[in-house]
Amino acid sequence: MPDPILQLKNLTVEFHTEDGVVHAVTDVSWELAPGEILGIVGESGSGKSVSMMSILGLIPRPPGRIASGEALFNGEDLLTLSKRRLREIRGGPMAMIFQDPMTSLNPVLTIGNQIDEAIKVHNAGISDRAAEKRTIELLELVGVPYAERRVKQYPHEFSGGMRQRAMIAMAIANNPSILIADEPTTALDVTIQAQIVEVLKAAQRETHAATILITHDLGLVAELADRVVVMYAGRVVEVSDVFAMFDKPGHPYTVGLMNSLAKLDTDQDRLEPIPGQPPSLVSPPPGCAFHPRCQLSHGRAICRTEVPPLRPFAAGVGGHISACHFAEELTAGRQHAEAARPVS
Amino acid sequence: MHDPNVMRHSGGAGAPRQAAVGMPIADVPAGTETDLAYEAGVELKARSQWAYVRMRFFRHKPAVVSVVVLLLIALVGLFAPQLAPYGYDEINLNAIAMSPTFQDWHVFGTDQLGRDYLSRVMFGIRTSLWVAVMVAVLATLIGTAIGAIAGYFGGTVDNLLMRFTDLILTLPGLAVLLTASVYFGAGDPLKTGLILAFLLWTAVARIVRGLFLSLREKEFVEAAKASGAGNTRIIMRHILPNCVGPIVVFMTLVVAIAILLEAALSFLGFGIQPPNAALGSLIDDGQEQGLETWWLVTFPGLVIMIIALCINFIGDGLRDALDPTQRRIRA
Repeated sequence: MPDPILQLKNLTVEFHTEDGVVHAVTDVSWELAPGEILGIVGESGSGKSVSMMSILGLIPRPPGRIASGEALFNGEDLLTLSKRRLREIRGGPMAMIFQDPMTSLNPVLTIGNQIDEAIKVHNAGISDRAAEKRTIELLELVGVPYAERRVKQYPHEFSGGMRQRAMIAMAIANNPSILIADEPTTALDVTIQAQIVEVLKAAQRETHAATILITHDLGLVAELADRVVVMYAGRVVEVSDVFAMFDKPGHPYTVGLMNSLAKLDTDQDRLEPIPGQPPSLVSPPPGCAFHPRCQLSHGRAICRTEVPPLRPFAAGVGGHISACHFAEELTAGRQHAEAARPVS
Repeated sequence: MHDPNVMRHSGGAGAPRQAAVGMPIADVPAGTETDLAYEAGVELKARSQWAYVRMRFFRHKPAVVSVVVLLLIALVGLFAPQLAPYGYDEINLNAIAMSPTFQDWHVFGTDQLGRDYLSRVMFGIRTSLWVAVMVAVLATLIGTAIGAIAGYFGGTVDNLLMRFTDLILTLPGLAVLLTASVYFGAGDPLKTGLILAFLLWTAVARIVRGLFLSLREKEFVEAAKASGAGNTRIIMRHILPNCVGPIVVFMTLVVAIAILLEAALSFLGFGIQPPNAALGSLIDDGQEQGLETWWLVTFPGLVIMIIALCINFIGDGLRDALDPTQRRIRA
């Protein structure tokens, strides 16, 4: 792996609420290589978005608190930067695409004005005409037809898919080197999702930005990502190359996620959900947070007492790491199961 | 805009670019006119923001009528020295307490000193409107600034500013007005206006603070932060424009309130002093002189009512017009 452009080390984020301390993100570390697409997968509340928001300094403090950790971006620790420097980075070298294009655009400003603004904030002294020209270019790039006319329109005159395109245009306005897409397709319907995936690919090709794709959609990850980070209850439970993960998942939670997807190649009456509920982040279960729902644990004591470290495991290749005490059993068991499956 | 060649050209310019970044997307226009019309959405004519604002405002009939009426009234006030048949302090002892008559143009009658009331009302409009507009602008500016800062930053700042607002709000208005008039000297429209503005900004501040409290949590504010916008920019460009509707409506209310308060102040003898005329002080004068001279109260009162009504209608129309998401077409 080349030198990472963003390196997250032991990030821990807490929220101090009346119900107690919410351990939203615990000891999260990963690296992002230049130009790669990193998928961050997990259920709602697994800490995906919070970890990104805290890097950008966007979590409200208080109640949020970054208890420990570093986020090295080109050698600068984002967590200790001044507000001013952080503002230069946000929307400049590090840009974000939000989940819901319906609410993330200001209803009283034209689309053009909003993209314009992203350009002007980071290019002091740019002329209005140059900014407008760039805005139109960007809108054309993300596939908004009649860009020169549509820049003058308001968000309510755009459809959901077009708005998300505008959001993407805004994010890539300043040629970011890191693009963070927070569930970019969740708020859209399925046909539009496919188009937005194409736009994201195009945007990534255009800017060569390393992209962090936050999602709970494994399909999207398979489509776009190079590597995957799986999060559960605020912790990273698996890091893997995308092919390796789909091929030989190293954590029972990942297996559960995949089993809960509808497969097109088999005849399924029911989807298999992961049993149980996501744990409370105020008082997470001791040991491995996943053990109460785990199919692999079989009530073994170590699962309840020891937090499993992220480690390479027997079947894992090329930096595939998992935080399961019994990752080896999983791959062995799976191969066994596949061998037992009748050949159709 | 309607030239099909122009449209085809613009579509054509977009297409190869999209193809270049390799997006096999249905949106790429085929170049036919039907496609273009469909893709461009409902509005084929590109209208500017202000064109829409104008259009929506002109659809609001009561507001349009009000603008015309108010403009006429304002012109009458502005050109009172030229238009008035008599001077505002011109005493004619041969025409004391005349009821409205066309004789000698005393259409609003005359008062106990034989001053022509039409002329006095015209000069009164001049004073009252100027005071009211000044009060409305000042109160709105102060209130918006304080409310915006309190609502946006929250916490201690909010607490301090809002407690200060409460303090002003709990001051017995009339007592302050009276004290201030005595202290600063009564009768000067400018001073009266400043004192009124000082008392009237609180409501605006509270409204704006409430709006900011809810708007600052919106995702578009977070999106603006994520794209590197600073506090000032977010307040001025992202949140404030979303508050324009309520602020404008409130500003128009303040105009009406200011006229009435100024009348109350004058009634107590601390507002505009005779022989200067303001609409409020005219009513006051009239009231002192008893019920027989009904016209002395009625005409300035009517003018106040018409002005207040017009301003409220205009506020209503402006609110609708300034809201770009407002698509409803008024009959």
